[in-house]
Amino acid sequence: MSEAAVSFRRVTKTFGSVIANSNINLDIKKGEILSLLGENGSGKTTLMNMLAGIYYPDSGQIYINDEPVIIKSPKDAFDLGIGMVHQHFKLIDVLTTAENIVLGLEGRLNLKDTEKKIKEICDKYGFEVDPQKKIYDLSVSEKQTVEIVKVLYRGAEILILDEPTAVLTPQETEKLFKVMRNMKADGKSIIIITHKLHEVKAISDRVAILRKGEFIGDMITSESNEEQMTQMMVARHLFLNIDRKKPVNVKPRIEVKGLTVKDPAGIYKLKDVSFTANSGEVLGIAGISGCGQKELLESIAGLQKVESGSVLYKPDDKEPVDLIGKDPRQIHEMGISLSFVPEDRLGMGLVGNMDLADNMMLRSFRSGKSKLFTDRKTPRELAKTVVRDLEVITPSIETPVRRLSGGNVQKVLLGREISSHPKVLMTAYAVRGLDINSSYTIYDLINKQKEGGTAVIYVGEDLDVLLELADRILVLCDGEVSGIVDAETTDKNTLGLLMTKKGGAA
Amino acid sequence: MIDLVAFIPRAIQQGIPLMYGSCGETITEKSGNLNLGIPGVMYVGGISGVIGSFFYEQSCAGKGMNGALAIMIPLACSLLGSLLMGLLYSFLTVSLRANQNVTGLAMTTFGIGFGNFFGGSLIKISGADVPSIALSATSGYFSRSLPFAGSLGWFGKIFLSYGFLAYTAVVISLLTAYVFKHTRMGLHLRSVGESPATADAAGINVTKYKYVATCIGCMIAGLGGLYYVMDYACGVWSNDAFGDRGWLAIALVIFTIWKPDIGILSSVLFGGLYILYLYLPTGMDHMELKELYKMLPYIVTLIVLIITSMRNKREDQPPQSLGTNYFREER
Repeated sequence: MSEAAVSFRRVTKTFGSVIANSNINLDIKKGEILSLLGENGSGKTTLMNMLAGIYYPDSGQIYINDEPVIIKSPKDAFDLGIGMVHQHFKLIDVLTTAENIVLGLEGRLNLKDTEKKIKEICDKYGFEVDPQKKIYDLSVSEKQTVEIVKVLYRGAEILILDEPTAVLTPQETEKLFKVMRNMKADGKSIIIITHKLHEVKAISDRVAILRKGEFIGDMITSESNEEQMTQMMVARHLFLNIDRKKPVNVKPRIEVKGLTVKDPAGIYKLKDVSFTANSGEVLGIAGISGCGQKELLESIAGLQKVESGSVLYKPDDKEPVDLIGKDPRQIHEMGISLSFVPEDRLGMGLVGNMDLADNMMLRSFRSGKSKLFTDRKTPRELAKTVVRDLEVITPSIETPVRRLSGGNVQKVLLGREISSHPKVLMTAYAVRGLDINSSYTIYDLINKQKEGGTAVIYVGEDLDVLLELADRILVLCDGEVSGIVDAETTDKNTLGLLMTKKGGAA
Repeated sequence: MIDLVAFIPRAIQQGIPLMYGSCGETITEKSGNLNLGIPGVMYVGGISGVIGSFFYEQSCAGKGMNGALAIMIPLACSLLGSLLMGLLYSFLTVSLRANQNVTGLAMTTFGIGFGNFFGGSLIKISGADVPSIALSATSGYFSRSLPFAGSLGWFGKIFLSYGFLAYTAVVISLLTAYVFKHTRMGLHLRSVGESPATADAAGINVTKYKYVATCIGCMIAGLGGLYYVMDYACGVWSNDAFGDRGWLAIALVIFTIWKPDIGILSSVLFGGLYILYLYLPTGMDHMELKELYKMLPYIVTLIVLIITSMRNKREDQPPQSLGTNYFREER
């Protein structure tokens, strides 16, 4: 049980001038679940990509079962019994589950045999997979299952899971952990990359910590606590408590009444949603993902076609106006400063191929020097300020945004949005995929906005954070409001119940 | 009424170059390469065959030609010419990651220029007084149909009156469709076109698939050019005669929703639409109607494009990575 299945020895990988991994020495033992912990950009995924054959190390040696090996391609990795489930699923939408599972294998294509073998694997470890379903018909957690089955189908003995729980509900996570324990009992070695400390505690035998591309140390999970792990991860002590001030000067800012949204297929995405968001307050929105959070924010931002209902914006000194039926530009021109930090940062929030300064300009390009020429200087200054104030790690402000890591992308986006001192700030999964340090920076920023009198709407997935950050929490379940609770007096269980039970408040 | 027994064989003969072109382009596009150089490739395929047979005919001047050689030499030259075009395109877009649209358009310009240059040179060498080269001997071998075709009436006329390259086109299209659907190679090729990163992670050699698919695609398309000169045009090469058939072949790929077996009938349909104006009585007063009829293939393509995007069925959409180059270590 104790011999090493995989050993990294002095492994180094650089991308241009950025050192992603330097001199890593790490062992993964047979039949253990190892958590790989580290901040964003600490090199966890890069390290694992080298094991999976996506990248090739610049120097150093990888050993499998004490044999030195060269892994030049994912195929080499499969041959050595290594399989990786990537954070972004590597599945082909238009192919069926079975076709995806056999992708890349050799020999005659025989889908009947494949389906039989898939069923055997599913029965053995407790999966549910329909081999004939097309990938585009599957839910996120089903896709993940397909990925894991794919890896097992190839006879992998060493499994790498890159942040597998980021997209799962608590129930689905529990299911995944059960399967992982089954695989461990079968003698497989599993490496799980995660940010969530309670999951590290729940599932892993040992935890290894990376920081800024270096291996910091490892420890037996059962003999360590979350405080220790966090310290090794970030090297400086963090206050785990979010500093939440009492809301002051609370006035209704956004009043949503009877909002109903249908998707193109005619299914209700939001049904009769009503609530008020106040200035100087953080309104948290909780719910299992896909319960209408996106549609709600987009309706307010003027991006969503609304069936019925109203969204009243109430300025301090003027009559309220209805935002429904107006597009973002009209809303902006009415002098309403509304900021929206969408879930899809590089898709909706920023342009990946443009640099930091130009991305800042996306907000201000209409107010140029004159009618003909744009003003490039102010956005440049703004980009510099954002980089400085929010500690964005970037080679320069001329760097394309897509080259930044997730946390830094989010800082750039949020920095731009709050620079206009919005009256309303909406964020969707603002800290998804971010490490603890960046997350706290974001929480701080949100709290500062609230103190400045902004009405903040914060859609979140981590209930602990919602409870500590928000003043009130609105819970969505299947597009309906199942309750609005006071964050200080409620607890996780209540929220969990509301999230899963329609009309749980009533 | 249109005389169908006369019209259908003409439509099929028009359709065969399109069948080759669209089948080749479909294979290429399935690997994620949008090769807009197909018109150029078909042109090069045609002229290469012409160069080969021109020199073979010259060398046999007066003496009898060997039938096998008369076919094999132009065929090999044509395949080689279009293979080189495929290699060039792959090298530029896959290895050097040049923009596919720009590369493709440049290759079309290049291919047509290449064809016209050598076409013009050959015309000069042959010293002909008309601006064309006639390779009627070679063409005789290419367009030879089954001996009993003539004795079978309308059936023979519609189904058996073509040279071997016409039947080869159908066989290649059917074979391609089978490979796409039922073999591992086809599965891998489709996955490369859909998502090269996924294919790469699954251990598929993306570069190899892109190169091979593009080169094979170009060679097949090049045969369309060869068929056009040797069979359809009776061995007569004149510069720019090939027309916009290459673009029509690319439009046909969309029309067939990337399915080569559908391509067989659709290319005949397109071939028919392409020459329909010759068969519709318009009279001398309404020549403008003829020009409108010439638009038919393109209008039909637009309609199909609208229908498929309205139905929004995932299987009918172009390969997802079409037109983009793949670089593994890009972050």
